[in-house]
Amino acid sequence: MDLLWQTAINAMYAASYMALIAVGLVMIFGVMGVINFAHGELYMAGAYCVVFLYAQEKFPFLLSVAGGLIFVGIVGLLMERALFRPLRKNPLGGLIASIGFLLILQTLAVFGFGRRMGHVPPSTHGKIEIFGAILTYQRLFVIVVAILLLAALWTFLKRSKFGWALRACAQDAEAASLQGISMNQTARIAMFIGAALAGVAGALTAPLVSPTPYIGHSIIVTAFIIIIVGGIGSLEGAVIAAVLYAFVHTFVTTFFDGVIANIVGLALMLAVLVVRPTGLFGAKERA
Amino acid sequence: MPDPAVAAPADGPVRRSFGRLRLVFLFAALAVLPYLLSYSQQEIAVLLVINVLLVSSYRLLTLTGEWSLGHVVIMGVGAYASALLAKRLGVPVPLSLLIGGCMAAGTAAILSFPLFRMKGFYFLIGSFAAGEIIRLIWKRFTDPFGGPKGLKRIDAFPDIDTGFLSIDFYEPVNYYFLALVVVSASLFVLYRIERSRIGLTFHAIHWQDRLAESVGVDTFRYRTLAFVIASFFAGIAGGLYAHYVGAVNPTRFSVDQMVYVLVWAIVGGTATFHGPILGVVVLTVINEMVLRGLGLDTARPLIYGAILILSVLYLPDGLESLGPRLRAWLQRRRGGPAAAGGEAA
Repeated sequence: MDLLWQTAINAMYAASYMALIAVGLVMIFGVMGVINFAHGELYMAGAYCVVFLYAQEKFPFLLSVAGGLIFVGIVGLLMERALFRPLRKNPLGGLIASIGFLLILQTLAVFGFGRRMGHVPPSTHGKIEIFGAILTYQRLFVIVVAILLLAALWTFLKRSKFGWALRACAQDAEAASLQGISMNQTARIAMFIGAALAGVAGALTAPLVSPTPYIGHSIIVTAFIIIIVGGIGSLEGAVIAAVLYAFVHTFVTTFFDGVIANIVGLALMLAVLVVRPTGLFGAKERA
Repeated sequence: MPDPAVAAPADGPVRRSFGRLRLVFLFAALAVLPYLLSYSQQEIAVLLVINVLLVSSYRLLTLTGEWSLGHVVIMGVGAYASALLAKRLGVPVPLSLLIGGCMAAGTAAILSFPLFRMKGFYFLIGSFAAGEIIRLIWKRFTDPFGGPKGLKRIDAFPDIDTGFLSIDFYEPVNYYFLALVVVSASLFVLYRIERSRIGLTFHAIHWQDRLAESVGVDTFRYRTLAFVIASFFAGIAGGLYAHYVGAVNPTRFSVDQMVYVLVWAIVGGTATFHGPILGVVVLTVINEMVLRGLGLDTARPLIYGAILILSVLYLPDGLESLGPRLRAWLQRRRGGPAAAGGEAA
């Protein structure tokens, strides 16, 4: 029983950062119609921002995380301008270009930090006990920030004018531009937010995962599973699927092993693709 | 060939004998090539020949319009199967190669049931997932797949020794010719398939799948057929690789390697049969001659990534489109209305 409860707490931590990554990926897909294969490398870039700012240059942890958010957001803007805008008519081309970008980011990380694991000391050593289960402050911090960021994103999307424009573009880009919404402006905002979310997830978890230049691979696999299970254009679906997948993955890892957990996750995704390609929460017409 | 659509442009008697002559020259050049190379370059030439088969088989799959991310894993199925058959069951190597190809084709046939319920992005991601599952199974199950370290000391091709003629396939030159023969035969089959009625149907499914369906083409069966044939040849390529290098492991067939296949195909261009071959040859030569020469080995993924992006942005039809483009440009410079009309395509 204790182990079950502890695993559930661990799963909540995993769900929170996975949700950040998957929501970012869905935002990019929603507005631009492109699957960003380099999303895992954006996470990696965020993690290395913390390696550089916090572990090497001794800035405060929170400031380093903010630095990671802004830096990766700007990388996202660069991708939008250089890759996705010229390839807007060609979504498969955008995907392939993002694979090229992934290789570039990976190599830059190898040049800057070497192939070996970057070590990031924990920013706090405290922990709390919740009904017998232990949760370190480091992990609690990830959960809290993820919830705050997602709540802020929700308010932004539902309340602000930009949010309306963003959702309008996701539903029907042509009709939106007829209403005077700038497609480029909206794409920039979506790309900045989407990339920044991946970056902040990497920055937050950097002390917990020991980043390597190749960490993006497992991240993108996870993100794909989540957005497919959740329905590829659905933000709510991405969050729910992140929680679902985190629980399945963490429990299988604890009771069997990590590789089996990955196989189960991928099989889950294949099953969803076969039975209901729109995902568990996706809209019908996205088939 | 009774099909007029296929035969039309290239098949005058003059053109045809010209094409044959070119082929003879090509093979003559390929036969001389290894003797001009150093030992390590010969080894690269062997791998290049194998990669030509890999990327050409990939092109057959893309004919139907589907882009798979699992093709390298399918190659791995052939490699693992052939290696295990030879190592564990003592199946003679040329036979195990063939069975390995069949295993790869069989795997594709099974996978086609879930995968071809999807199209486009979904197929891409689905094939990626299926490939990762296979790869994780190799990694997880040490018996018989050898786990993360993979299989080592895989049997080589048996030496041929008939008294006056003896060939040792440990020598890269000899393996080069062996691979050249197998790959040429495979390419010939692939070429004939593409030029056949089946190949035309693949094209039809790519450009007009609803229309093809409405005139009675079972698109599911044809997509599966393309996938199975492509996988068979990928499996053969895998077997050739395994028995040459002597070791296989799950990392060798990871998605990073798949990216290279994508780069070759896209940089070369997939519209024609020779496009992807051009891509793999040019990029391998650049890689081995230029990058290794300049000591830029670590920068290789970066340069490949940049090449990929640049070719998607500025050369979407690949290197193969350079020739016609250049010709059109030259003709335009020379002016002359007849010339401008002549090579519009």
